[in-house]
Amino acid sequence: MPLRPDERVLVVIPAWNEAGIIATTIAEIRASRPGLDLLVVDDGSGDDTADIAEAAGALVARLPFNLGVGGAMRAGYRYALREGYDVVVQIDADGQHDPTYLDTLIEGLGEADVVIGARFAGEGSYRATGPRRWAMWLLAGVLSRLARTRLTDVTSGFRAANRRAVAVFADHYPAEYLGDTVESLVIAIRVGCTVRQVPVEMRPRTVGQASQSPLRATVYLARAVVALGLALVRRWPAATETLGQEKG
Amino acid sequence: MSSTFTLGLIGGLFTLGVIFEMLRRQRLREKYAVIWVVVVLATVLLALFPQLLTRSANVLGVEVPANLLFFGAIMLLLFISIQLSYEIGRLEERTRTLAEEVALLRLQHEQAHGPSAPEPTDVVEPDDRGVDDEAKEDDRW
Repeated sequence: MPLRPDERVLVVIPAWNEAGIIATTIAEIRASRPGLDLLVVDDGSGDDTADIAEAAGALVARLPFNLGVGGAMRAGYRYALREGYDVVVQIDADGQHDPTYLDTLIEGLGEADVVIGARFAGEGSYRATGPRRWAMWLLAGVLSRLARTRLTDVTSGFRAANRRAVAVFADHYPAEYLGDTVESLVIAIRVGCTVRQVPVEMRPRTVGQASQSPLRATVYLARAVVALGLALVRRWPAATETLGQEKG
Repeated sequence: MSSTFTLGLIGGLFTLGVIFEMLRRQRLREKYAVIWVVVVLATVLLALFPQLLTRSANVLGVEVPANLLFFGAIMLLLFISIQLSYEIGRLEERTRTLAEEVALLRLQHEQAHGPSAPEPTDVVEPDDRGVDDEAKEDDRW
């Protein structure tokens, strides 16, 4: 389903100390699809990320201190909900998400409420090994079963959400590490949102590298198991005093 | 026996004094003070009537009464720690929500009125109140 011409798309970029790359990322996104609104959520950066993003023409929400991707994204979803956007696309600031896939992601919303841009799904050449691979296999397996569709890269931070999912995420977007990606999907599925993935190719990070040391990978696996287990057994709907404020 | 009596009594009264003083200076909220006052009263009670401890140890089949005391104390401290962890988690969730709200309000404000003043961290106000605030805090003591 092509996007209706009057549908408003907000790209949310959570950014923490990305002054070196944020301007390039913003320019690339703008070039790939004109007419988008861009919101950079500066997650308490110590560098000039916010100022640079503002100079590059993006809207900038400055968190007073670091909350992690989950906090930044919930702020982004809340903004989108309040401003009445139809679609929210999350893109990492570090340039590993190729904005030429934006259209693919947004078109995927024709048949789903949440669309994940996934590695391992045919395109690209990313390979993980050892415990990190097991963690991804476990997460992908369980979430595929829940979502009743094949998901291969559930920790991907490249995703699109429609109004229905935005309304959910504006209230329930975990701040915990891995909760932001994995648990948010579980939450979406629990409230009846459909989740699909589209294959994308990720680019190597221009700044910084994901750690691949065996110890870190093992810790990652343990955290994945905990995050997934908790997401599955948590009572729903969540009853936290700060939730339930967004009525759309 | 008399040394446990004295120690228990002194420790209990000292703690009670500290709690009372903190409450008076509004450094401790009543809801957190309650549990500690209960602990102090229990300590004093046991110091006054040590046979309470030996008897309950007998009833429960604990050979060394002190072990029953340690067990109880450790369980209590564990419980209080968990309770405090819960409170911290709640506060973190609240500050998270406030932080998000502040960021969005600031964005809204900037959109309505143009860019606001530079980051507070960039500018040190000439009449920085940090020191004064400290002094005021001390006055209350």
